[in-house]
Amino acid sequence: MSVKLKDMIQSPQIMSSGHRMCAGCAAPPIIKIMGFALRGPTIICNATGCLEVATTIYPQTAWRIPWIHVAFENVAAVASGIVEGINAMKEKGRYKHEHVDVIAIGGDGGTFDIGFGSLSGALERGHDFVYMVYDNGAYQNTGIQRSGATLPGQETTTSWAGKAEPGKRERKKPIAEIVAAHRIPYVATVDPFHYRDFITKFRKALEVEGPAFIHAFSPCPRGWRSESSKSMELAKLAVETGIHPLYEIINGDEYIMSAPSKNLTELKPVDEYMKLQGQFKHLFSPQWEDFRKQVQEQVTADWERLKKKCGIA
Amino acid sequence: MNVPIPASKWRVSDEMTAATKSSKTTESSSNIEGLTGDAAIARALKQCDIDVLSAYPITPQTIIVEDYQRFFADGEVKTKVIPVESEHSAMSACIGASAAGARVATTSASAGLALMWEVLYCASGLRLPIVLAVANRALSAPINIHNDWSDSYGARDSGFIQMYCQSCQEAYDTTIMSFKIAENHSVLLPAMVCIDGFILSHNVEHVELLPDEVVRDFIGIRDPAQVLDPDKPITIGPICFTDYYFEVKEQQDRAMKEVFRVYKEVESEFEKISGRSYGIYETYRTKDADIVLLTHSSPAGTAKAVVDALRDRGERVGLLRLKLFRPFPAAEIGKELASAKAVAVFEKCLSFGAAANPLALEVRTALYEQPKRPLVTDFVIGLGGRDVPPTVIVEGYNKTKQYLEKGKAPFYETLGVRK
Repeated sequence: MSVKLKDMIQSPQIMSSGHRMCAGCAAPPIIKIMGFALRGPTIICNATGCLEVATTIYPQTAWRIPWIHVAFENVAAVASGIVEGINAMKEKGRYKHEHVDVIAIGGDGGTFDIGFGSLSGALERGHDFVYMVYDNGAYQNTGIQRSGATLPGQETTTSWAGKAEPGKRERKKPIAEIVAAHRIPYVATVDPFHYRDFITKFRKALEVEGPAFIHAFSPCPRGWRSESSKSMELAKLAVETGIHPLYEIINGDEYIMSAPSKNLTELKPVDEYMKLQGQFKHLFSPQWEDFRKQVQEQVTADWERLKKKCGIA
Repeated sequence: MNVPIPASKWRVSDEMTAATKSSKTTESSSNIEGLTGDAAIARALKQCDIDVLSAYPITPQTIIVEDYQRFFADGEVKTKVIPVESEHSAMSACIGASAAGARVATTSASAGLALMWEVLYCASGLRLPIVLAVANRALSAPINIHNDWSDSYGARDSGFIQMYCQSCQEAYDTTIMSFKIAENHSVLLPAMVCIDGFILSHNVEHVELLPDEVVRDFIGIRDPAQVLDPDKPITIGPICFTDYYFEVKEQQDRAMKEVFRVYKEVESEFEKISGRSYGIYETYRTKDADIVLLTHSSPAGTAKAVVDALRDRGERVGLLRLKLFRPFPAAEIGKELASAKAVAVFEKCLSFGAAANPLALEVRTALYEQPKRPLVTDFVIGLGGRDVPPTVIVEGYNKTKQYLEKGKAPFYETLGVRK
């Protein structure tokens, strides 16, 4: 990469202060870090969700670059329209910019679940755009309901921990790998704590021809019942415990483990990640001891599988 | 009950279907082809030089996209055709492209339109002049591919302009005009161009095509009011709460009212290049009519034949054929029908549990303030593509006559169905 990181972080911020995101929410830092990776004129498409709602309360907006929101489940389709609309106008000689980057942003609900069809279609059609999911593990905007990104054992308002249930029982969708299975040129997982890795990967995502996908991990103090000052610590722990390992997938099958994950000698116990959050509190009662162990086993198994795919013994 | 009418009288003559031909017409380089309604729309979209066509297959609109993809494959258009994975994404991609400043269109019908529902409101709320060609088809269940108006009538409150066409020629002409109406800065609303599925979409008729350059000069290049421009960043589609949402909707409603004026302006310009005009509605032998039949799309052609046959028998009957359903020209129709004794509405939609059905509700409201309020009868016909022969229209006419004598009519009734 010809551009230096230290120059990139000098670039103007794309989102102003004064927005209404919660204290400690990782989405604004994610947008800030993403902004450093931009390489020129850019249009943002935002699916319905916390980020959309809390940054654009009319008549105010926190966005300093062109931004559009249409609905919840269609952000990839909206982005594909923008990309092709611009391409057509360019070919007809009536578009002033040589190139405009188009970025679609959705939460985990808008990406793993309701927007998945739209995302898959856009990936298959091969539009040149970047899709970024900021994954906070539930429908936090509507009041913390379970999604396809919710972890097993996580308590939400539609997967309560009760006398008979340990919170959500099902595993989380491996969205990065599902997306990579479309054989798109570039998929990467990122984490706001590892911002250098994040910027580098996002720039790569912009630079490849065709669709690229970024899976960003986004702690949510409100939904997770964690201290708002602990969000970056949780982001760090997510990588260290294997909850959100950092890697890239090139052209659908070339797996590359990223340094923050690769440099781990061994994973920290998932307990360390869970203990900082009220949403996992119930798992530490004797009743759910076994379930907690099963979650750990699943995370360990996924980690081993990933290492193998990345060619790490 | 059914008045027998000889077959010769059923045939809709050219005079009945063709629009008013102005004497001023310059018929120099016009070119006539046999085209289906779908093919006629595809040709219009091609000549309008749209930037993006984003669509998903559904019968009976599919030919539009098939034809267009053929133009693309042969290098005849510079349009980006986005073969989306659903109708929801079709409209969403149109919204994105339109917000970027492109001229865009999509096509759909029935279940496809139903799947688009949510984003229809986004398109109009964001004030994007997208053109949506609809080949009207019944909604499931039971699944049925044939014509009625349940699909686009269901979307009547979505903020789209709705224009219903009676012939393939009109479908072609209206598609061209629709961009100019929708993109007008007093309007900035999306528009539906509706044709009856199969009856028009798959029927070949003579269509007089305008030369490419004439269409190009007529509609010009889209001049968007606001776009996603990196040099002048704006936020499109923010959240509006109790303090502003209502004002946004108020403005949208006001824009809809502008359509009457803009439609007339655009059509009078169109008449200059084509010699054809249709009006927001058309009247046929209504001048001294006691009973006026009121409908649109393909049944209007049948109704014209019925009017002629009944007139031959001395009946004082006429037809009002509606073109513009959204916005509904209530004031003009109210005045137009004020002197009639009764208005018989024929519509291909059943609004379950409603006092009457969509078209009749509008007509009754339009007539309510008239000093000598005509009786309004509402006949639901032709659901799921059930044929609407002249006898059905005659039956409605005769019933209306009887109700007029009694001075009372039911809110609505169905015709041509086993009960």
